[in-house]
Formats: sequence, structure tokens, C-alpha cells
Amino acid sequence: MAEPLARPSDLAVRRKGGALRSFLRTIWAVLWKDLAAELRSRELLSAMLVFALLVILIFNFALELDVRTRGTITAGVLWVTFSFAGTLGLNRSMAVEKDRGCLDGLLLAPVDRSAIYFGKALGNLVFMLVVEAIVLPTYSALYNINLFVPGLLLVILLGSIGYVAVGTLLASMAVQARTRDVLLPILLFPVVLPVLISAVKASSGFLQGAGWAEISTWINMLVAYDVIFIALSYMVFDYVVEE
Amino acid sequence: MAMIEVRRLVKRFGLKPVLRGLDFSVEAGEFVALLGPNGAGKTTFLRILASLSRPTLGEIRIAGFSLPAQAPSVRGILGVVSHQPLLYGDLSAEENLRFYGMMYGLPDLKRRVDEVLELVGLRARRRDLVRQFSRGMQQRLAIARAILHDPQVMLFDEPHTGLDQEAAAMLDGILQEVAARGRTVVMSSHDILRAARLASRVDILSKGVIALSLKGEELDPDTLPRRYREVTRG
Repeated sequence: MAEPLARPSDLAVRRKGGALRSFLRTIWAVLWKDLAAELRSRELLSAMLVFALLVILIFNFALELDVRTRGTITAGVLWVTFSFAGTLGLNRSMAVEKDRGCLDGLLLAPVDRSAIYFGKALGNLVFMLVVEAIVLPTYSALYNINLFVPGLLLVILLGSIGYVAVGTLLASMAVQARTRDVLLPILLFPVVLPVLISAVKASSGFLQGAGWAEISTWINMLVAYDVIFIALSYMVFDYVVEE
Repeated sequence: MAMIEVRRLVKRFGLKPVLRGLDFSVEAGEFVALLGPNGAGKTTFLRILASLSRPTLGEIRIAGFSLPAQAPSVRGILGVVSHQPLLYGDLSAEENLRFYGMMYGLPDLKRRVDEVLELVGLRARRRDLVRQFSRGMQQRLAIARAILHDPQVMLFDEPHTGLDQEAAAMLDGILQEVAARGRTVVMSSHDILRAARLASRVDILSKGVIALSLKGEELDPDTLPRRYREVTRG
């Protein structure tokens, strides 16, 4: 075997920045690309939004609730809505990469592949937060309940981070299969269950005015799961996307 | 010095072997066409060279870098064009190239994007969405994407698939220009005569190995189809 020629082209030599800068630049590039494409097509957001609004509308007609019961079930209804709409978004976000071979285009870039994961996950988080920002006031109006509680907003943010962290990883696995639309929820929901349980319990606590001591356990669990899922995804994404 | 060196490459999908101890070598600046019937393993082989798939066994070096261990270094000097364009339909031609330029960390990106769009004849359509492009235009833009970072080695996986005659002729011109700039090119194809016309060497892949390698005067368009049939039939 020959010794390394190690003479990259002039352009390659003039590539900008060190490892961290390259990592951050890749995250930004993937995020920018996803946002720019979505701003133009609005396919993903509109599908998530219509689905989420339909779910809370159906719950509104299906459950005729008195004021007390509303506080009890709101957390569950909200997280069912977010997680179902989120799955739709995760599937679509990776399908766009796979359908035109763009995932290969991403993987061919000389970058740390976990940066691609973070870029995709951040894009998915933005889409999920946009949907949640529209669902919350709609739900408030339909059920006549105040959801703009700072603690609840924090739980929604933490829960969404955990959901998207593991969802993006599993979506990149599921997208390789022909049955990806069916496969993702089957893979995702058992794994993300701890996040959903913690999020529902913490949300319910804030809506029913429970004490911090009771809620903090669930918040701590949410933070722990977020950290675990993000770290795990960072470590395994490269292996998941390679043949 | 060899730009690409492959020794005893084996690739299995489950128990099914696709490549069975393949040896392959390409000198710097050489243009090699890879021929073979469907299922011979051309795409699998090119995907392994592109670091998109891991070999089961064997040694691979590109510009001296070992695969898969030094894959990021290899990716930096590699340009890949496949039958899929690897482009985002909801972004314009310019936005697609800007995105890939950011991924490669290219300096002076605007000037470089202008250069490659000019080279593939798409500068006037720079702001059009890729989903509005014809197949031929998408393939030209795919080449612009692949040469954006000025790679030393170009891999083309059946780049003429789905192109009409005019678009295919234009693609031939671009391929010749890439080769004339001293880049090492490996192109898989089903078109025997086109491969013989463009490449300086033709390798025929059959049953997971390079069964025949022809260059120079051996690339006779009158005898090549017959030799191809002999190799791939036997």
C-alpha cells in the first residue's frame, strides 16, 4: 500500500476553522437548510398543525368536562397531541432526506456526523415548539383554562427536547426501512415513555397547583432523560446512519 | 502513485456476498469506467469507496488515507455523483450549493458557487427551485455540488441514467472537463461505447470481482461489446 499522498486540493487546505467551529457550522448549516426548505414548502408544519388541532378538537367534543376534571386531564391531552404531531414531523423531516438521496449528500461531507444529528434535532425542536405555541392558546380558548404558567412552559420545553432527541435518532434508523411510517411510532413510544410520563406528571402538577417538592422529582427526571438521550444519540448516530 | 488502492475487498449483505475479494487500483489523473450487469456490485463498490458503506473485509486506501478508519479525510477529497441528485427540491440551485459549501467549510463561498454554476451552465437559473428543474438540469447541478470543494477524486454512479441525448452529451462534456483538470475519475455505467469513449481504462465487474481490465488500443468500440458479453456471460 502507498504512503498517504496527503495533498488535499487548495480549496480543501483553505477550509475554515477548527473542530468546534466546524461542528457548530455544520449544525447551523443543517438547521438553516431545514428552516429555509420548510418556509418555502410549509409541508411539515401544516401537517403537524392540522393534526394537532384536530386532536384537541376531537378531545373537546369527546370529553365534556367540568372545571375540576379539566385540570386533571389537560396534561394528558396536551402530551398525546404533542407526541402524535411530533411523530408526524419526525417522519417527514427524515423522509425528505431519504427520498432524494440527500441523506447520502449529508453523510458525504467531511464533518463530525453527530453535528448533522444536532442540526436535524434542532430543526425538529423548532417545528415542535411552533406547533406547541399555536396549540396552547387554542387549547386555552377551547377548554377555558389558563395554560400560560411559566412552570408548565418549562416542562413543555424539557419534554420536547427529550422527545426530539430520541425521536430524531430513531427516525434516522426507521427511515432506512420501507415501512418507516409504521416503524417510527413502534420504536419511539416505548423508548420515549419515561419522558412522556415525567412530562405529564410535571405538567399536571403545575396545572393543579401542586408544591415544588412534588413536581421537582419529575422535572429532575426530565432533565436526566434529556441528558441521557442527547448523550446516547451523540455517541451512536454515526453507526445508525451508516450501512 | 496509486490514488485508489483496493485489496481483497469483500462485502456481504447478511449471508449474500456481493463483492468477493475484489482488487482495484487507479492512478492519479486516470479515468476508469466500471462496467457490469445489474447486480454485479458496481453501486455497492462505489458506495464503499465513498465511505457510505462499510466493507466486510479488505483494505482500501484513497490518496493514502485508509477506509473506513480515516473516512472524514477521504470525504474531504471526494466528489460523488449518483443517479439520485442529492439535492433539496424546495431550495434554489444557489441555496443548495451554499448549503453544501457550508458543510464543506469553503471560504469565499459566493465566488465558488458562481464558478461552478457557470461551469455547468446553470448561472441564469440560480434562483429557481430545484424541483422545477428537468432531470438533465438536476444532474448538472448534482455535478456542480460534487465539484464545489474541488475534490481530487470523483465517483460517478451511472450519471447518465434518465438523461435524454442532449443532456447526456452535455454531461459527457462536463466529465471530460473534470478529467482534463487532472482529477481521478471512477464512473460506473451500462453504456459500453460511451465508457470506452470517455475513459482511459475500462474495468468489467462480474461476480463480485474485476473480471477484465482494458486500456489504450484494447478499448476498440468494435470488439468491446463482444468481450463484455463473454466476460459477463461466463
